[in-house]
Amino acid sequence: MARTGIPPFEVFYESHRAEVLAFLRRRAGRERADDLFQETFLRALRAYDRLEHGEHLRAWVLTIAGNAAIDEARRERPTAELAVEPAGEDERPAVEELAPLTDDLPPKERAAVVLRYGYDLDYDTIGAALGSNEQAARQAASAGVRRLRKEKEQR
Amino acid sequence: MTAVPTILDERFRAAAAAEGLLDVAYDLLEDTPVGPLLVGVSDQGLCRVSFDPEPEAELERLARDFGPRVLRTPTALDRVHRELDEYFAGRRHAFDLELDLRATPEFHRRVLAELSRVEYGHTTTYGTLAAQVGAPRAARAVGTVMNRNPLPIVLPCHRVVGANGSLTGYGGGLDRKEWLLRLEGALL
Repeated sequence: MARTGIPPFEVFYESHRAEVLAFLRRRAGRERADDLFQETFLRALRAYDRLEHGEHLRAWVLTIAGNAAIDEARRERPTAELAVEPAGEDERPAVEELAPLTDDLPPKERAAVVLRYGYDLDYDTIGAALGSNEQAARQAASAGVRRLRKEKEQR
Repeated sequence: MTAVPTILDERFRAAAAAEGLLDVAYDLLEDTPVGPLLVGVSDQGLCRVSFDPEPEAELERLARDFGPRVLRTPTALDRVHRELDEYFAGRRHAFDLELDLRATPEFHRRVLAELSRVEYGHTTTYGTLAAQVGAPRAARAVGTVMNRNPLPIVLPCHRVVGANGSLTGYGGGLDRKEWLLRLEGALL
């Protein structure tokens, strides 16, 4: 049942909760960070038993936190076009190699691409982590890849 | 490092349990008459009672046996906590909890089912239990089952003694066995 290297959720939560809260406070402000904190770890928990390995869990949970913040901001300002916020070195929520390449993608596509190709997660898990579903995750990842290809051709 | 406020932490833990997202909700009861206990429940029932828990190793075992979504969630253990308190106070003679023994091998489950019939304040022997599961020569194997009992106190392996009445052994240490038997009035 327990897969290789995946710590019990309690251990994962204790290791990352302080950093996730700090990240969310910087990103969304102190007040909204409180709700986002719970949403982030609930999303992580929903996807946790489908993780295939325990690598990059820090980057994984920061990606989830970043997306929870984006979703929440969308709900608050549904018509506003959100800029992709370039993440600082210490808070880059993605696998190191893949992150710079995907910086210009829209947030959802970026998360789907990073989780799929950086963390090797299946779409079901990604959907759960993004608070949507398998199909939406698949579409976001493939749209992201198409966009990256196009950008590459234009260079 | 940003400290996570207690209220945020508790709120998340309670929400995780309320949404039914956990494989095991557990708690550490630091202050019972038999010392610290770790207790865990799954969606099927009580799945762990541990003496002197070393949380790190215990959480790994729970994850291996039941799945990785293991979280300390005191609110989910209210009933277990209450029944144990009542038992330790001498006010409860039988537990009214669902049990989850899915991680326990079949022979062990058969022996534990017989064990669960041994009433408060009574004792039985390893040999008697062995005979009751149709394996009269397996007294030693029954001893092993008792030693690996995942739910001590609730499945009362402390009520099993040697053929000559000696306490023999106990996974949680003989002091505890003696204390529990005295509590129940089975030892004077």
